[in-house]
Amino acid sequence: MKIGRKLGVLAMMAAAAVVLVACGGNKTASDAGKTNDKYSAALVTDGGGVDDKSFNQSGWEGLEKWGKKHDLKKGVGGYNYAQSNSDADFTPNINKLIQAKYQTIFGVGYKLQGAIKSAAKANPKTRFVIIDDVIEAKNVASVTFKDNEAAFLAGVAAAQTTKTKKVGFIGGVHGAVIDRFEAGFRQGVAAVDKAIKVDVKYADDFSKPAVGQALASAMFNNDEDVIYQAAGGTGAGVFSAAKNQIKKKKVWVIGVDRDQTDEGKYAGGNLTLTSTLKGVGTVVESLADEAMDNKFPAGKTTVYGLKDKGVDLTKGQLSANAWKSVQDYKQQIVDGKITVANKPSEL
Amino acid sequence: MRIKNTTFYSIWIPITSVVLGLLVGAIIMALSGFDPLANYISLLTGALGSANAIGEVLRSATPLILTGLGFAVANSAGFFNIGLAGQALIGWLASVSFALAFPGLPSILMLPGAILAGAIAGALWSGIAGFLRAYFGASEVITTIMLNYVALYGTNAVVKSFLAAGDGDYSKTIPAAARLRTPFLEQLTQNSTFHWGLLVALAGAVVIWWLMKRTTMGFEIRAVGLNEDAAQYAGMSTKRTIIAAMLISGALAGLGGAMEGLGNFQNIIVNTALPPIGFDGMSVSLLAGGSPIGIVLSALLFGILKIGGLNISIASTTPPEIVDIVIAAVIFFVGANYIIRFAGQRLSSLKGKKEGATK
Repeated sequence: MKIGRKLGVLAMMAAAAVVLVACGGNKTASDAGKTNDKYSAALVTDGGGVDDKSFNQSGWEGLEKWGKKHDLKKGVGGYNYAQSNSDADFTPNINKLIQAKYQTIFGVGYKLQGAIKSAAKANPKTRFVIIDDVIEAKNVASVTFKDNEAAFLAGVAAAQTTKTKKVGFIGGVHGAVIDRFEAGFRQGVAAVDKAIKVDVKYADDFSKPAVGQALASAMFNNDEDVIYQAAGGTGAGVFSAAKNQIKKKKVWVIGVDRDQTDEGKYAGGNLTLTSTLKGVGTVVESLADEAMDNKFPAGKTTVYGLKDKGVDLTKGQLSANAWKSVQDYKQQIVDGKITVANKPSEL
Repeated sequence: MRIKNTTFYSIWIPITSVVLGLLVGAIIMALSGFDPLANYISLLTGALGSANAIGEVLRSATPLILTGLGFAVANSAGFFNIGLAGQALIGWLASVSFALAFPGLPSILMLPGAILAGAIAGALWSGIAGFLRAYFGASEVITTIMLNYVALYGTNAVVKSFLAAGDGDYSKTIPAAARLRTPFLEQLTQNSTFHWGLLVALAGAVVIWWLMKRTTMGFEIRAVGLNEDAAQYAGMSTKRTIIAAMLISGALAGLGGAMEGLGNFQNIIVNTALPPIGFDGMSVSLLAGGSPIGIVLSALLFGILKIGGLNISIASTTPPEIVDIVIAAVIFFVGANYIIRFAGQRLSSLKGKKEGATK
């Protein structure tokens, strides 16, 4: 009896809180309505945070840049992100962003394909962007990258730098996206010197630095002196492994998705040889701009490659010779003289 | 006296631990410079403030009820089934495969078939650990943990080789006849992922309550859990009971996975980690002390925390990491509740002994 009464009071309090907040919510919504020039956009991560030093971070940096450029605030009515702790969070995150009246919603990563597809169907007035996959819908813009072209250049850089004639590749999870990285890298190495051995390993996870470290240590101990990692958060472990090795011998890591020079710093210098760039941030920024100006490429798929600077390779610590070779191959790809494979089976 | 004690433990300790967790969460938020009250209010609105939110809470509680029940059944027989996540994943794979394999079936055959496929697959998977334990005494903790990895990578291989189109990382969407989500429910809950699986979960809770309290098998499972040797001496087949408990546990976890496959996601993807419903199911079951009604309630609490938690960082500038810490604090006290309960029981039994001695 006593318990029942207390629970009843608790339930009433909860109900009151809900009602109060609901009123509060309406008020802010009408306030936002007065200032018509406001545009809001948000992104949903594909697992993990916006500090993954890679894909999600790059996208978020682009959105932040866009928000600051237009004097928007982080939060409702401006720009924000929703972090997905598991795949089951995609749909609730997207729906909560829609309810918070964000006008453009970015799904960063192919894993969000299903959730964005059904949300786009149910909310025809909201604009959606899917990165790294294609959705055919009137209110969705799809963006894919020719990661293989940048990875090809990484392969050239690795081949021009290795002393042991052995290089390594550490991928996150097997799939269409990472396949492009692997294929491009292997093709690039082979283009320079067919005798160089490429050791390919997968961590089967995008967020396990410990696995990345174990794989990289084994590769370095096997005399491989350059490793290209395309493994998201797992890649942090590759850098730690290299920092342990650098005391004994010269090793290099090639970064992925954004300039990872900072991750390669150690007491005696920097071991990030170079990084392949994936313009997720730039694309997010420009799509948000286009959405704001009502020029949103709805229903279209845009593919970004070396030609339109959607992907690229940094100069980093590359020797003059290696950089020259990279430039040379880059020109050939841009001119269409070299076609880079999309998956290892095409090699 | 004893009855009073039990009610005290099963009602007040969970409530106290949740309140303690919320308090610690509030302190953490206040110390990091965020407004705890506003954040808890946005947690509440995010979980209960709209039909969509309530739909999401119920959907997220659905598989947790089933995995929680699964853990509870194995736990009453004295096993720690850590393999719920793997069994759920196998159940998910089986239910989606069934739906994709027989696309022409009418709903009336399709739904029971796909759901049953999930339950059977989960049961067979946990049956491996049950068999090893019953006949060779292999620790189920180790075997189920390892089977989790086999399930994860095995499922991924099957999805990639057989179910995904081309180089894709996900299977086709299951045919409409196999979907637990219906347009009617979507309309009712403003396009939430709420699905009919909640009925399956609630039915599961009733069946398990009945099984454990009202049948010989339930009695045998509890007897083996209390004292395996005594149960054997009393003429029960402990081997059969062990395997039965693990089969039921796995079937429930498999059903939980089937709910994700047929209800929430409607396909299966290459997973980079085990589905979280396994370990969350353990916490749900421990918070409830294994009681089926308690499991339904604590699964709802987990749903509220998880779905409402997403709203905090969308509605404010509080980073999701702080929210995760707050949710983890609540769950920590849920775990501590188990310790408090355990300590409380020890204390009262010591007291009982002392009283007996003085007499």
